[in-house]
Amino acid sequence: MNGKARTHISQNEPLLFELSSPGKRAYQLPPLDVPAADPQAVLGRERVRPEIENFPEVSEVEVLRHFTRLASWNYAIDLGMYPLGSCTMKYNPRINEAVANLEGLLWAHPYQPESLSQGCLEIMAALEAALAEITGMDAVTLQPAAGAHGELTGLFLIRALLASRGNPRKKILVPDSAHGTNPASVTMAGYVVENVPSCERGMMELATLERMVNEDVAALMVTNPNTLGVFEQEITRIAALLHERGALLYMDGANMNALAGIARPGDFGVDVLHLNLHKTFSTPHGGGGPGSGPVAVKRLLEPFLPVPRLVRRQDGWALDYDRPQSIGRMRSFYGNFGVMVRALAYIMAHGGDGLRKATLDALLNAAYVRKRLESYYEPATPAPTLHECVFSDARQARHGVRTGDIAKRLMDYGFHPYTVSFPLIVRGALMIEPTETESKLELDRFVEAMVCIAREVEEDPELVRTAPHHTRVSRVDEALAARRPVVRWRPPCGK
Amino acid sequence: MSIYPENYLYTKDHEWVLIQNDTGTVGITYHAQRELGDIVFVDLPKLGTVVEQGKPLGSVESVKAVSDIYAPVSGEVIAVNEALSAAPEKLNQDPHGAAWLVKLRLNNPEEAKSLLSAADYRAYVGAEG
Amino acid sequence: MLAALGLSCLEDLVAHLPPEVLLRRPLQLPPGKSEYEIAAWFRAQAEKNASGYACFLGAGAYRHYRPVLVDVIASRGEFLTSYTPYQAEISQGTLTAIFEFQSMICQLTGMEVANASMYDGSTAAAEAALMAARITGRRGLVTARTLHPEYRQVLRTYARFAQLPVAEIAYEPDSGGLDLADLETHVNEETAAVLVQSPNFFGIVEDVPAAAEIAHRRGALLIVVFTEAVALGLLAPPVEADIVAGELQSFAIPPNYGGPYVGVIATREQHIRQIPGRLVGETRDTQGRRAYCLTLATREQHIRREKATSNICTNQALVALMATVFMTVYGKQGLRELAEQNLAKAHYLANRVQRRFSGPFFNEFVVVCQSRPEAVNEALLAKRIIGGLPLGRFYRELDGCMLLCVTEMNRREEMDVVAEALSS
Repeated sequence: MNGKARTHISQNEPLLFELSSPGKRAYQLPPLDVPAADPQAVLGRERVRPEIENFPEVSEVEVLRHFTRLASWNYAIDLGMYPLGSCTMKYNPRINEAVANLEGLLWAHPYQPESLSQGCLEIMAALEAALAEITGMDAVTLQPAAGAHGELTGLFLIRALLASRGNPRKKILVPDSAHGTNPASVTMAGYVVENVPSCERGMMELATLERMVNEDVAALMVTNPNTLGVFEQEITRIAALLHERGALLYMDGANMNALAGIARPGDFGVDVLHLNLHKTFSTPHGGGGPGSGPVAVKRLLEPFLPVPRLVRRQDGWALDYDRPQSIGRMRSFYGNFGVMVRALAYIMAHGGDGLRKATLDALLNAAYVRKRLESYYEPATPAPTLHECVFSDARQARHGVRTGDIAKRLMDYGFHPYTVSFPLIVRGALMIEPTETESKLELDRFVEAMVCIAREVEEDPELVRTAPHHTRVSRVDEALAARRPVVRWRPPCGK
Repeated sequence: MSIYPENYLYTKDHEWVLIQNDTGTVGITYHAQRELGDIVFVDLPKLGTVVEQGKPLGSVESVKAVSDIYAPVSGEVIAVNEALSAAPEKLNQDPHGAAWLVKLRLNNPEEAKSLLSAADYRAYVGAEG
Repeated sequence: MLAALGLSCLEDLVAHLPPEVLLRRPLQLPPGKSEYEIAAWFRAQAEKNASGYACFLGAGAYRHYRPVLVDVIASRGEFLTSYTPYQAEISQGTLTAIFEFQSMICQLTGMEVANASMYDGSTAAAEAALMAARITGRRGLVTARTLHPEYRQVLRTYARFAQLPVAEIAYEPDSGGLDLADLETHVNEETAAVLVQSPNFFGIVEDVPAAAEIAHRRGALLIVVFTEAVALGLLAPPVEADIVAGELQSFAIPPNYGGPYVGVIATREQHIRQIPGRLVGETRDTQGRRAYCLTLATREQHIRREKATSNICTNQALVALMATVFMTVYGKQGLRELAEQNLAKAHYLANRVQRRFSGPFFNEFVVVCQSRPEAVNEALLAKRIIGGLPLGRFYRELDGCMLLCVTEMNRREEMDVVAEALSS
């Protein structure tokens, strides 16, 4: 063990349903200031339910303790480094939360008059403009609710543009290193996936694409830097090739934390990209959302963006629904506004210089971790990497220990694991993204933990294979959960 | 002694078939189940489905992977191993026996010629068996 | 650190990038600001919005009281700043809360399985339709015109790219409920699903059993959509549905100019492998102790890639947690009492105005305005009241009508002012 963690008492807590007993309550309602309405009389007997069977009944202090105890069972950024590759788990500044919780924003109804929504619209306009500048693109929609939703929007845009030219085409090229959301989104957009192999250094080669791009190809969907953390060196030539053959270049902006302030996708030929505000722009991940997945496009795709579009009129900002070529709506209202507020606060705190500095610090941290771990773990590529570094478990596998085991053992050292077994092109991948917000002290502790584990793998592999040992629960049986799915609580038999 | 029965035929996609008269019993190999890890779900075709050699017949899932099962020979599904839906772990325990997947009525016995013998398959999957 | 890497300056870290991609100028953004300046700027924006107004808008975004515990719990760093709980051993807090969420959604909807959340109600409805197409192997979608207009737009976008035709069913001009005869003529052997919202966009509680009967007779699935989750505290659960897709914004999620909200899909056990999104399941650890983990992940994009049930990845976990805390605070009695207050208040106002439809309603209803709806709203704004939603924008034939919503947040005095404005 090292300096990061030691064990302490963890409180037990039953499920809400097991805490529940009839008559307990945690709510208060004011007295009704109008006559009561008899539900059965106004709705009809058959439309009214008797009661919500088994719904919990607990007291106020029980509610608070229940969820506080649950909270103590979680790891979080607030507790330490979260080196998940491709997830960009950076510190979530609390000023973002403070401004997002301003009453005038929180209680703004999406249908309140535009004249009384100018603050919200101004925030959205400022964010659209900032994201366009950071990405080097011409127009931005903030409507998509998450990265994958942004991908889907981007692919719909591509299809709509190509269809308007007479042929939507059939295929989307996706590198073999891509996130799983890419092929899944391609299918939902009515396209077929064709895999592009990476070269040994983990990049795409122009020559490969020369062979693959034909009149059936609608677009290439690239993550840049890719999931190995490697910048696609031939990207501008690849973009030119696609454009020459009537196809488009889509960029998955999951790894934008490597580029903000350094290079702009719009400048290297990207036609459409999505961002993840909950990655690059520091909005909290919340245990799996809410995210926000704005899509930035070049001018040629602008007419197809989802409705409504934010426009400047004489008397202020307005929402324009009259967009005949639009793909339509991607979700109700205007997107995850609360997440937009946080991202804009982050951009304002940094400014242009600050964003560039943050990027360089992210690259520095990743380079430092790579350098210090290289003699213990097998790097996935000899090529230089940017914001993350990927290793394989080749050396540890010889002792029967796999990446998933090392990940579990990291928990005992007080860290969240790196991304396990991804990208798929690396057998037994360990994908590490430290982000810029970790101090050298925290990075050194992480490195020390990884080095200790490498030593344990050689001296006592069983210790690693059966990890974690100090967490609240030991290794969880995922096979059992999947074989006999129990996805909701049921009262015990006989009750 | 090999774990791969000599009277079975094998594919490079790691299925086996035992041909008796015009019936073929199909399963996945020991090697396949070991690569997949803990198998949690098996998706099999309905009775009467006609499958074609080399085309997907169903799929098996482990916790973190899905693999298609390809028909080693063409034919009509005449029996399905229903026990696997309640106990998919049988595929890990007895892949060459109790955990057979389907029985097919062959419609082109000639196809068997393209399959691997036990010795060939053993060589194909290498020393680890 | 630079020295450890053999570098002389930070710029060396990007020296290997192709020179043509490097940005040679600073980003044109205002210089970085202090916390104080940022707070002041956002406060100024918030003040440009409506503040201190009473509000009678609903239509998919509802103003309900938010118990204090919701923010106390949801702002805890262990929930706020954790990632998706893929690593179960150090994520039992989030996993347990999601399991409780899934269980309560089943109890409320009468379904057997609920997922961990969708982006919002509109995308939940669209994904439910795609799910029905996978289950039935059919392509036709039939939706009530009284499904939220924006939900229908999202459905059309998704359906267009999946090449699924969408037909719309009229509402009965008197009751405002689904026209069952029209439904009967549109459902056929090609129909994958019928989508019905209840309470519908006009607030009317639909005859779900009748719609289910028509859909099922032709082998189609019934998808019941809800936007006002508080109604579930009082209304019979849509047990006749095959899939329930809804929006839980009413459960302590602030209107927040349209998001983040939290959608959900619930269904029957037999369709569990076709449900999109994440699911948490109960299991054991190596010592036999109860534990939770994400399960049936092979449906999802990171495993099944182009054959996944959906591309959804990040969803709305923290918002689902807020809804979970809300459901726990109100509990069995409280949710019913809350729903009854909404019912009583809405009926108080509705009895003082000219209702357009006769069907039974929960906390929203359509009013025939004596003057232009926009003029009524102008007059109300002068009294610091935001009135209803003029319907001409979504239903040309209802030009001159507005949709009003009354919740426990609306006081009797405000309602009296609205009633007076509407009848003059």
